[in-house]
Order: sequence, then structure tokens, then C-alpha cells
Amino acid sequence: MLSKLKLSILIGSFLILAALPMVAESEMIDEPFYIDLMARVMIFSIAAMSLDFILGYGAMISFGHALYLGLGTYAVGIMAHYELTNGWMQLLVCISGTAFIAFILGLISLRTSGIYFIMITFALAQMFYFLGISLEAFGGDDGLPIDTRSEFFSFFDLNETWNMYYLILGTLVVAALVLWKIINSRFGMVVRGSHSNDARMQAIGFPTFKYRLAAFVIAGVVCGLAGFLLGNLTEFLTPEYMHWFRSGELMIMVMVGGMGTLFGPLFGAFAYLMMEDFLANFTEYWQFYFGPILILLVLFAKQGLWGMLPGKEDISDE
Amino acid sequence: MLGTHGVLGMTLLLLIEQFLNGMQFGVFLFLISAGLTLVLGIMNVVNLAHGSLYMLGAYFASTFFGLTGSLIVSLVLMIPVMLLVGILIELVVLRTLYERDHMDQVLATFGLILFFNELVRIIWGVEAQPLTLPMWLSGNVEILPDAPYPVYRLVIIGVGMAVAAGLFWMITKTRMGMLIRAGASNRPMVGALGINIRFLYTMVFGLGAVFAGLAGLMAAPLQSVESGIGEDMLIFAFVVIVIGGIGSIRGALVASLIIGIFETVGRSILPVLMLEIVDSEAAQTAGPALASMLVYILMAVILFFKPQGLFPARTG
Repeated sequence: MLSKLKLSILIGSFLILAALPMVAESEMIDEPFYIDLMARVMIFSIAAMSLDFILGYGAMISFGHALYLGLGTYAVGIMAHYELTNGWMQLLVCISGTAFIAFILGLISLRTSGIYFIMITFALAQMFYFLGISLEAFGGDDGLPIDTRSEFFSFFDLNETWNMYYLILGTLVVAALVLWKIINSRFGMVVRGSHSNDARMQAIGFPTFKYRLAAFVIAGVVCGLAGFLLGNLTEFLTPEYMHWFRSGELMIMVMVGGMGTLFGPLFGAFAYLMMEDFLANFTEYWQFYFGPILILLVLFAKQGLWGMLPGKEDISDE
Repeated sequence: MLGTHGVLGMTLLLLIEQFLNGMQFGVFLFLISAGLTLVLGIMNVVNLAHGSLYMLGAYFASTFFGLTGSLIVSLVLMIPVMLLVGILIELVVLRTLYERDHMDQVLATFGLILFFNELVRIIWGVEAQPLTLPMWLSGNVEILPDAPYPVYRLVIIGVGMAVAAGLFWMITKTRMGMLIRAGASNRPMVGALGINIRFLYTMVFGLGAVFAGLAGLMAAPLQSVESGIGEDMLIFAFVVIVIGGIGSIRGALVASLIIGIFETVGRSILPVLMLEIVDSEAAQTAGPALASMLVYILMAVILFFKPQGLFPARTG
């Protein structure tokens, strides 16, 4: 179980998120901009959390995770392009599409491990990025505006800022709970076991490859959902979201939040996007400063924000 | 009158030309991946910033060429500078990462990329840096009757092959090469035998930096020198290393040429070929799309049969 402190921070954060639209639009503050900003933060939180699920718990250092973010936006964008705006249908295509691609890529990349795995996930994600660029029908590297947001219920119009926001918040909460359940299930134990010692897990009879592949697919689908939301929020489809740079950013969010702590990446995404925003306001060359900061974080603050909090995260680990 | 024979001849010439272009691209890939594969194989460090060294090489080349007007002098100046840059990076950042896990190495060297990409924008500005070829390199030669080919590209192929030969000689015949190979098989043992393994690492890293810089220098007249050009090459270098096998120079050479030729010939032939097979509309979309995926599909196929690459290094 989570420690009391962590649990209260988590619940407190979600309460703040739930109250945010009302506060931001109140007459006192009147900064609706924050709603959009936090919506973005939450989408990247979902993506970072899904990456941490395989990276932190399964030791699969995927350096191409942003691919699924892009695939999600493409699912929405391409279907909207052909005027298929039914949200349920889009969701179905998004989930089955990301699951299928994650399955195929997992079959290829999970045959390897270590450095090979990093490089292969990296290269395969770039392949889709280049594919996106070469698809002139969907805007090539310029991307394509998404004219219509997904349509779910007649009473739940995603063009309303609040509806969009609460859909994202709801997805975040559900994704966090589901992943937390999975991690603490028997399935999650096997994945974590193969993290600590794959050979031993196989020796006691677990076909760890299958378990790892399933985890890889789950992470891909959850990240695809984040992409689904991102496409709806930004109303734009672009191969940019699949670029390896984004994958790197997701890894940074995971590390800043705390690797192998499911909820850490939520705060990692927040911290990273705020830091980027802050530095970019302060200088045109923000990466010049962020690069060395990142190196220092890796060297000296590896445990991440969540990891710095007292109290053990995990139920079973020693 | 162009008969069937003439058309075939044209196609053949085009194919030869594209083949040579592919070799030339393969040489660039080899120069970049040779250093990277040594670093990966011996030091077990993932260095994303290796592409930045290629970029720096190209920038230094354009500056030195602007100052001196001679490509040879630029080359002579660039070698010690890149060696120094490589040694500095190794001492300041990489050295702290040897004992860390791959995740840390990826993130820290990602930080290096951000730093260098922005650094060149600060120093050289955002515009692409010009570098025009000197007269003696800008001509054509007839490789076959009526088939002119740029001299410079042939020079690149020649230099690349010479470097490959030199590297093989160094790895297999010299004391340093022996130490490198020994270090790859058993690091602590080499250290225990009284070899300064840290110094060896630093030198290998510096050497890799010089090779990447050399590729950057040779590529500078052919492409626009801008911030971020290293990363495109890095992706190909990763594919090369994965196919060739980590730590294997021989694998890097073979895989570089395979990838270079596949990429170049595929990009020029595949769209045309697709037009022949399927109706034009579908082909216009599918041709370029497939061409851009070709190399990765090749990688996936090779990995499916040989997960350790074509030339797996003898030891883990």
C-alpha cells in the first residue's frame, strides 16, 4: 500500500485537478488558459505513466514510446478526416490499432534486451515517424487539422472546455487505478519478477516473454488513449508527436517523477512541462540550460520527486 | 532512337549511379557507427550524443574552411579539435555513467544532445552553414563511357575504405587494438593486469569522435550544416549497429554498406517499381511510404533470424 503521506498527496492533487476549471474560470482568477495547460499536463501524465509501467516495473527501456501517442492522434485525425466522428468507433480503432502495432513491434523488439532493445524501439518508432511524414494524404510533415472532435453522447459535447477537461481527468484516474491494479496482480508480479531476474522466472516455469509482451501491449494501448485525447484537445494531427524527441521527453518525465513508482510520472509530467515553460519564457535557448540540468538530475536526483517522499511505495518488494 | 536496349542501358546506368551513392552514404554510416559500436561494445555505454559529434565535425569543417579556404587544412585542424572534444565529453560526462544503468545513460546523453544542438545555434546562428567544394573536387569523372560521376563522392568512398582498413589493422595487429579487444571481453581482468583502462576508454572515445567528425566534414559540402543533423544519422547508425552486432567493426562495415545501398537504391527505385506494379494513384502514396520504411523492415527481418546481429561479438 501507499504510505499515508503519499496517499494524501495523491488524493489532494486529484481534488485540486477536479476543482481547477471552476477556480480558473472564477471571476477572481479568470485565467481559462490554465485549464488547457493542465489538460495537456494530464495527457502527458497518462503517457508517462504507461511508459513507467513497462520501464520502471518491467525493465523494458522503450525509447520509442511516443509512437503510441502519435498513433492515437492519427486514429482520431484520420477518421475525422473521412468524417467518421463517432467517438466509440474512433476509440475502438484507436485501441485495436495501437494494440496491434504494439503487438507486432513487441514481437520484434522483445526478442532482444539491454542496449539492443533501446535502439530497436527507437528505430522502429522513427520508422513510423518517417512514414507519417511521407503520407501526403494526411498532411505529410505539416500535419492536418482535426475539424471535428470525437462525438460520444449528445449531452456530452467535447467542444465544451469543461467536458474535454473532465474526460481527460477521468481517463487519467481510471488509467492510474487500472495500472495500479495490474501491477499488484499476479500478472504484475510476473512482469516485475522478470525485471529482477528473468532467467529465474523462466526456470520456475513462467513464459516471461508472453507476460512481457502483454505488458508492452497494455502500455502501448494506454499511451494510445493519451494520444486519442491529445488529438481531440489540440485538434491537430502531426507526425511530430511520434518523434524520438517526444519519447525522450516521456522518459524524462518518468525519471523526474520517479521510475518504478506508478504515480511519480504524474508529477514528473507536471514538473517537466512547467520547467520547460519556465525556461522557454526566460531564454530562447532553453535547451542549452535544460541539457546540463538533465544530466545533473540523472546523476544526483535519480529517485525522482515521488521517490524523495518518505515511505515505501510497494506492497511486496522487501 | 531509344530502343529497348537503350532504355535498359539507361536504367542500368541509373542503378550503378545509385549504387555508388549508396556506397558513399554507407561510408558515412560506417564512420559514425564505427566509433559508436566500439564505445557500446567496450564500455557498454549508450551514447545518444554520438550524432552530435558528427554535427560538430560539420560545423568545425565549415568554419575552418571559411578561414583557410582549404579542405585539407580544415581536415588537419579538425582532427585534434574533435579528439579534444571527444576527450572532454568522456572526462566530464561519460565517465560518470559507466557504472550506471542504460536508462541513466540514455537520459544523460539526451541532455548532451539538447546542449550541443542549442550550443551550435548560439555560436553559429540558426542559418545553415555554407561549404562549397574546392575546384579540384567538384568535377566529374566518367566511370563508364557516357556516365559521369562526381569525383568528390568517389573520394568519400575511397577515404571511408581507407579508414576501415586502417581500423581493422589497428584492432587486429596493434597493442592498442589488442587492449581494446581484451577490454571488451573482460574489463576488470585487463585492469588487474596493470593496464590503465580509463585512459584506454578515453582514447577510444576520442577516436570515435574523430571518425564521426570526419564523416561530418565530408558530408558538409553535400548537405546543409544545421543544428540537429546528427540525430538523423544517429538513427541509421543504431540500425547499422543492431544489424552488424554490437562491438563488431566488421559488422558495422558490412551493415553500413547494406543500409546505405538499400536506403539509397530503394528510395530511387521503389516508387518507380510500384508505379509499374499497381495503379498509379495507390503507388504514388505507397511508393515513398514504403521506401521510407524499407531499412527498418530489413532490420526487423534480420533481427528475426539473428537477434544478436549478423556478426555477434565473441563475448557479451
